[in-house]
Amino acid sequence: MKFSIQVNEGPYQHQASDTAYQFTKAALAAGHEIFRVFFYHDGVNNATRLAVPPQDDRNVSAQWSELAKENDLDMVVCIAAAQRRGIMDADEAKRQGLDADNIADGFRISGLGQLIEAGIESDRLLVFGA
Amino acid sequence: MAKKFMYLNRKAPYGTVYALESLEVVLIGAAFDQDVSLAFVGDGVYQLTKGQKTDDIGQKNFSPTYSALGDYDVNKIYVEKESLEERGLSLDDLQHLVWEDEDEDWAEKDSIRLVSRAELADVLAEQDITLSF
Repeated sequence: MKFSIQVNEGPYQHQASDTAYQFTKAALAAGHEIFRVFFYHDGVNNATRLAVPPQDDRNVSAQWSELAKENDLDMVVCIAAAQRRGIMDADEAKRQGLDADNIADGFRISGLGQLIEAGIESDRLLVFGA
Repeated sequence: MAKKFMYLNRKAPYGTVYALESLEVVLIGAAFDQDVSLAFVGDGVYQLTKGQKTDDIGQKNFSPTYSALGDYDVNKIYVEKESLEERGLSLDDLQHLVWEDEDEDWAEKDSIRLVSRAELADVLAEQDITLSF
């Protein structure tokens, strides 16, 4: 089956991103296709590469980056939600005249149309959080 | 073929950002020519109340945007009757949302459909995609 995943909450405060990650991993292991993972609301905070959780805890952002790398996942961060919350890639930081960017490997910033497209193209869209 | 998209709004308009960011998805999604419905349940019914004033809480009042939905061909807006009643509200407390039907010489029609909890469950069961906020 072709799934898309929507992640609506940030890391640590809510377990939604962890659950979405576990589901995505399990779906891939079972031979399903993940069309896209879309990060919205505070979910965009999963895309920071600057989080440094304690060593005995999981690194939520790094887990996603690794999973994306291993499986060529398309992980999209909503640009409107990201701009509000200070998640920036290099291009966007430059465009906004900011002195830094913080997006982690494997994430890309794009528009809400990517979420609608994911709904249209997938057999199921699963929403995690909110 | 168009899919049936449902935006299920469950939260009060202020206090969290879900309502505002739900509306942003609806507006962008309207460009995709899908079969779009909105539903308002629980505290979500407060999103449609008229006369919202947010000056004193430092929040943007985005409620006028709902009245533009008709122009985006978003005209199936379900409001759960029980949710209104539980909060001491009636349709009169909500904005009058309308759309113009081009098949009937642009006749103005109501967008809001007041439905029972049971009826709304049937509507939700028909959807291909339900995005809940």
